[in-house]
Amino acid sequence: MAEPAWLLAKRSATAALLSITLTDIVGNIARTHGDSMQPTLQPGEKNLLGFLKGDIVFFEKISAAAYKYHRGDVVVLRSPSDPNQWMIKRLIAMQGDWINVPGSYEILQIPKGRCWVEGDGGNISLDSRTFGALPLGLVQGRVTHKIWPPHRFGRVERVFPKGRVMLDDEV
Amino acid sequence: MFSDIARKFCQVFNLFCCVHVFHAHVGQLHYVVGPSMFPTLNATGDLLFLERFSVRFQKVNVGDIVVACSPENPRVLICKRVLAVEGDSISVLPEPYAQDAAKNVLIPKGHVWLQGDDPYKSRDSRHYGPVPYALLQGKVQLRIWPPHSWKKF
Repeated sequence: MAEPAWLLAKRSATAALLSITLTDIVGNIARTHGDSMQPTLQPGEKNLLGFLKGDIVFFEKISAAAYKYHRGDVVVLRSPSDPNQWMIKRLIAMQGDWINVPGSYEILQIPKGRCWVEGDGGNISLDSRTFGALPLGLVQGRVTHKIWPPHRFGRVERVFPKGRVMLDDEV
Repeated sequence: MFSDIARKFCQVFNLFCCVHVFHAHVGQLHYVVGPSMFPTLNATGDLLFLERFSVRFQKVNVGDIVVACSPENPRVLICKRVLAVEGDSISVLPEPYAQDAAKNVLIPKGHVWLQGDDPYKSRDSRHYGPVPYALLQGKVQLRIWPPHSWKKF
């Protein structure tokens, strides 16, 4: 009587450890629930059940461990104003780059160890235009694919931000 | 024969998963070197035990010693003391020997102020500003090595 219960407990524990390890090291999925990455990622309409709104994306953490990000990647990062909130934005500039702050004539250089992220949606996005350059340690992974809804399944491409960024050796 | 190899592989992988989950979610050992926390921590190196629960459930208080990702280089971990949390107003001396140049800093939401115990040797929030809470990795609980200076913080 006790043996199948023990076996079930052991198998559940193994499955839990395995899934935690894989989601920490390989990658995880995230659901968007804001307009800031339109048109790349949509927040979705309310359906009858009230859930599964918003695109679900897969983000990988293998490049995160070595901080191998490129300008134009869509990344998942933790919010600097609320550690429990996560954001999905596009990486526009890395340390040392010069960037024109949108909406003003200001040009600033991204300090060491920081990056500039912006949402594709323009003014509705809460991103580096509000927070300033964010420490790269906040970035948790790189979005590679949209996996839900099925009619929008596909890769999320790296789009180099033309005309926004000047690299340090071009200045 | 292949089933033996497969079983061994599964056991090793299981062990790896256990170690990873403990290391990433419960606590980890960390060897910390550097003069910035003198005299609390030795400049020549201490083995510290950090625990992750306090950071995960936001139970980090003023006065705790924490390990965080450096805002200047995400590959580097820094060990400092939390002097203020979000909403606090702290009086900061940018230079430790200029007593009359103090300025007041209001810590923004979601940030903490990190400072080393040795103000002359430490590069901390006085140089790079308040640090986002999400960069904190763990709270230091014990010093394990050198053995004659076992200490619970």
